[in-house]
Amino acid sequence: MQKYLTCALNWVDERFPLTANWKAHLSEYYAPKNFNFWYFFGSLAMLVLAIQIITGIFLTMNYKPDAELAFASVEYIMRDVNWGWLIRYMHSTGASMFFVVVYLHMFRGLLYGSYRGPRELIWLFGVGIFLCLMGEAFFGYLLPWGQMSYWGAQVIINLFTSIPFIGPDVSLWLRGDYMVSDATLNRFFAFHVIALPLVLVGLVVAHIIALHEVGSNNPDGIEIKKNKDPVTHIPLDGIPFHPYYTVKDIVGVVVFLMVFSAIVFFAPEMGGYFLEANNFIPADPLKTPPHIAPVWYFTPYYSILRAVPPLFNSQFPGVVAMGASVMAFAALPWLDKSPVKSIRYRGPKYKSWLAAFVVSFLILGYLGTEPSNVWGQFGAGVPLVGGADRATVVARVLTVVYFLFFALMPWYTKSDKTKPVPERVTG
Amino acid sequence: MANQEVDQSKRRFLIAATTAMGGVATAAVAVPFVMSMLPSERAKAAGAPVEVDISKIEPGAMVTVEWRGKPVWLINRNQEMLDNLVKHDEKLSDPKLDVPQQPEYAKNATRSRKPNLMVLVGICTHLGCSPTSKLKAGEEGMGSDWPGGFFCPCHGSKFDLSGRVFKGSPAPINLEVPPHYYISDSRLLIGEDGKGA
Amino acid sequence: MKKLISLLALVMPLLAQANEGVHLDKAPINPANQASLQRGAKMFVNYCLNCHSASSMRYNRLKDIGLTEDEIKGNLMFAGEKVGEPMGIAMNKKEAKGWFGATPPDLSVIGRSRGADWLYTYLRGFYRDETRPTGWNNVAFDKVGMPHVLYELQGVQTLQTEEVKDADGNKVETHKLVLDKPGKLSPAEYDATVADLVNYLMFMSEPAKTTRMKLGILVLLFLGLMFIPAYYLKKEYWKDVH
Repeated sequence: MQKYLTCALNWVDERFPLTANWKAHLSEYYAPKNFNFWYFFGSLAMLVLAIQIITGIFLTMNYKPDAELAFASVEYIMRDVNWGWLIRYMHSTGASMFFVVVYLHMFRGLLYGSYRGPRELIWLFGVGIFLCLMGEAFFGYLLPWGQMSYWGAQVIINLFTSIPFIGPDVSLWLRGDYMVSDATLNRFFAFHVIALPLVLVGLVVAHIIALHEVGSNNPDGIEIKKNKDPVTHIPLDGIPFHPYYTVKDIVGVVVFLMVFSAIVFFAPEMGGYFLEANNFIPADPLKTPPHIAPVWYFTPYYSILRAVPPLFNSQFPGVVAMGASVMAFAALPWLDKSPVKSIRYRGPKYKSWLAAFVVSFLILGYLGTEPSNVWGQFGAGVPLVGGADRATVVARVLTVVYFLFFALMPWYTKSDKTKPVPERVTG
Repeated sequence: MANQEVDQSKRRFLIAATTAMGGVATAAVAVPFVMSMLPSERAKAAGAPVEVDISKIEPGAMVTVEWRGKPVWLINRNQEMLDNLVKHDEKLSDPKLDVPQQPEYAKNATRSRKPNLMVLVGICTHLGCSPTSKLKAGEEGMGSDWPGGFFCPCHGSKFDLSGRVFKGSPAPINLEVPPHYYISDSRLLIGEDGKGA
Repeated sequence: MKKLISLLALVMPLLAQANEGVHLDKAPINPANQASLQRGAKMFVNYCLNCHSASSMRYNRLKDIGLTEDEIKGNLMFAGEKVGEPMGIAMNKKEAKGWFGATPPDLSVIGRSRGADWLYTYLRGFYRDETRPTGWNNVAFDKVGMPHVLYELQGVQTLQTEEVKDADGNKVETHKLVLDKPGKLSPAEYDATVADLVNYLMFMSEPAKTTRMKLGILVLLFLGLMFIPAYYLKKEYWKDVH
C-alpha cells in the first residue's frame, strides 16, 4: 500500500510540484512559535471564504436575479428547497462573520505592526481583500430585493452623484436605469457571484504567497529569520506550520464553528443586525422605510459620511471623508515611524492613540445604526453646539479622532518612548 | 523539538479521533447541500398526482393531460379497438409485457385496470419525442393493415393502442403505463398506485 | 484582549437602548403549542386569506403544525386548490388598491418584518374613527387602510384621550382604548384568539424555525464533543514546542 502511494506521489511530483508546495507552504514553512489567540483569524477568514463560496454556489441554483422574482425566490429557498433555509442562513451569517473575523485580523495587524516592512505588500493585498469584501457585501445585500436592500443601494449609489461634474452620469451608469431597478439587480448579481469572487480569490492567493515569501510576523514583532540554526538554516524560533499550527487552527475552527452554528441555528437575525426586519418587506420604489441604516459592518464609515457637513452645497466632502476613512489603512506601512513593531514594546502614546481609535471606531459604528437624534439635542443655551443633535456632535469629534490616528502617526510613533526589543521571541 | 518521549500511539489515536469526527462533520454538512438539489416542494407540488374526470371521454376518443410535465394519454377504447388488439401479437416486440413498463395491475391482456380505458405516458421510448395518435384502423398513410395506435414522427416508431411497440421500430420497448387508480367510476388519479396495488 | 472586552462593555449598554415609538404589548405566544397554531391557522384562512395572500406558504406545510392532509383539505381549503399549492387569493391587486387605498400586503413573512408584539398590539388596537374612510383607525398603525375585520369578535373600541400631569408637572396626553360595544368574545377570549393568530403568523413567517432550533442543539453538542480530541491533539503536539 505504502509502496503504491509513494509511486503515485512520485508520478505526480515529476509532473507537478506537489510535495515541493506542501513543504514550502505547510510542513517546512516555519512560523514563529509564539502565535497567540489573535493569529486564529487568518485561517478563520479562509474558512469563512470557503463557506461563502460553497453556500453561494448552492444559493445561485435557486435564486432568481429578477426584480419581479428575487424576493419570492429567496423565500422559495427558505421554504421549498430542501435545507435551503440552512444554506441561506449560513450565507447570511457568513457575510457578517466574515467582517467580524477580518476586523479582528486587521486589528491584530495594528497590535503587532504586521503591516511594517517587509510586509507592506501583504498589507496592501489585505486592504484589497477588504475592499473586495465590502463590494461583495454591498452587491450581495441588494439581491434579496427587500426594502433595506433597495434603499441601501439607492443611498450608496447616490453618493456617487455628489462627485463634481461627472457624478450624475456615473450613478446613472452604475444603475443602468434612472432608479435602482431590475437592470441594477441583474448587474449586481453578476458582480456578486463572479466578478468580485474571482478578484477576491486572486488577492487571497497573492496575500498568502507574499506572506510565505517574507515569513509571518509575531506578537513580539521580531524577524525570526535573523536567528537561524547555523547548520540547518531553520529559524530557531520557528516551528513547521504543519503539524503545529494546523492542529492548533483545528481547535480554533471548532470553537469558531460553535459560535457560527449558535448564530445560524438560534439567532440568524442576530437581533436585526445580521438580517434586518425591514428587509422582509419586498422592495417598494415608492416608499422609503422610516429609518435606513446600512448593515453593521459599514456603519463606522456611514457615520463618518453623516458627520461631515455639506460644503458648498455638496455632499461630496462627506463622501471623500468616507472613502478616505477606508483607504487610510493602506497608508499605514508608511505612516508608522516607530523603531519597534509590536505594541508590547511601544510607549504610551501609540497605546493611547490606538485605544482612542478603537473606541471611535466602535462608537461611530454604533451611531451609524441609529438615527442622528438618538441621543437627543443639546440645550439651546449650550455654547457652540446649542440645539444640535448630540449624536452628530459626538460623531464629528470621533471622526476627527479617527483621522488624527492616521494623520499624526508619523509624529507620535517617532517620539514615543519604546522598550528594548528582545533578541528572541518571548512566551 | 528533539523531545525523546513522544508517545506515538497517543498521537495516532488523537489524529484518528479528530480526523474521524472531522470526517463525520464534513459528511453531515454535505448532506443538506446534496439534498438541496432534489426536487423542491414546488417541484413536488407540480409533480403531484393529477385527478381527471374520465366520464366525458367518448368511446374511441382520447384526451391528453399533463403529469410531471409529461403528456399522459387517456384512450377510451371501443369494442372494435379491443378486438383488434389481440390480432397482431406476432408483430410486436414484447407482446407478453416482460419488460416492466407497466405496474403489476396493468400487466394483463389490455394493459389496463379497466379493459376499455388505456393510460399511457405519451413519450416515445426511443429518444423522447411525443408520438402522434393514429387511432383508427387503416388510417391514411399507415398502411391498410394498421390496427390503430401511435406513430412517432421523429424516427417512425409505431405502437398499438395498448402502447406496445411494433417490431422494426427504433423504439426498443413499450410505452410506459404510469401509476394510476380509480377514485370512483368517473374519476381517475394519475401518479399514485392507490390502495392494494 | 482585556482592553477590548472592557471597551465592549462600555459600548454594549448603548446598543441596548430601545427604539422609541408605540408601546407594544408582549404577545403571549408559544410556538410549541400546536393546538394554538391550528386555531390560528383556521383564523387566518377564515379572516385574512380573503384579502391577503401568503404566496410563499404551501397548504401542505400545515402538516408541520400537526394537521393531516385530509384535515387541511377538509377544514382549511375552500377554493378547491391542490394541497401542495401556495395560499393565494382571487382578489385583483388593482381593485384592492382602489378599495383600501393600498394593496393588502402578502403575509408570508409579515411576522418577520413586524414582529409578534406589533402584530398582537395591532390586531387588538382597532378603534372607531369616523374621519377615516373605513371608519377604523389603529393605535399601532395610524391611518391604517385595513378595516377591522375581527370587530364582530372583539366589539367596537374607541380611543379616549386624557390629560395627566407627569412627575415634572408637565401636561401629558395619554390614550386609552375603551370597549364601547362588546363583541361575540369576551376581551380575554379575544386576546387569546388574537394570540393564536399571531402564533400562526409567526410560524408561517419561518416554518423551518422549530427544525432549526432542534438541529442546532445536536450540532452544538457534536462540536462540543469534537473539541475534546482536537484540543488534546493540539496539546499533545505542542509538548514538542514548550
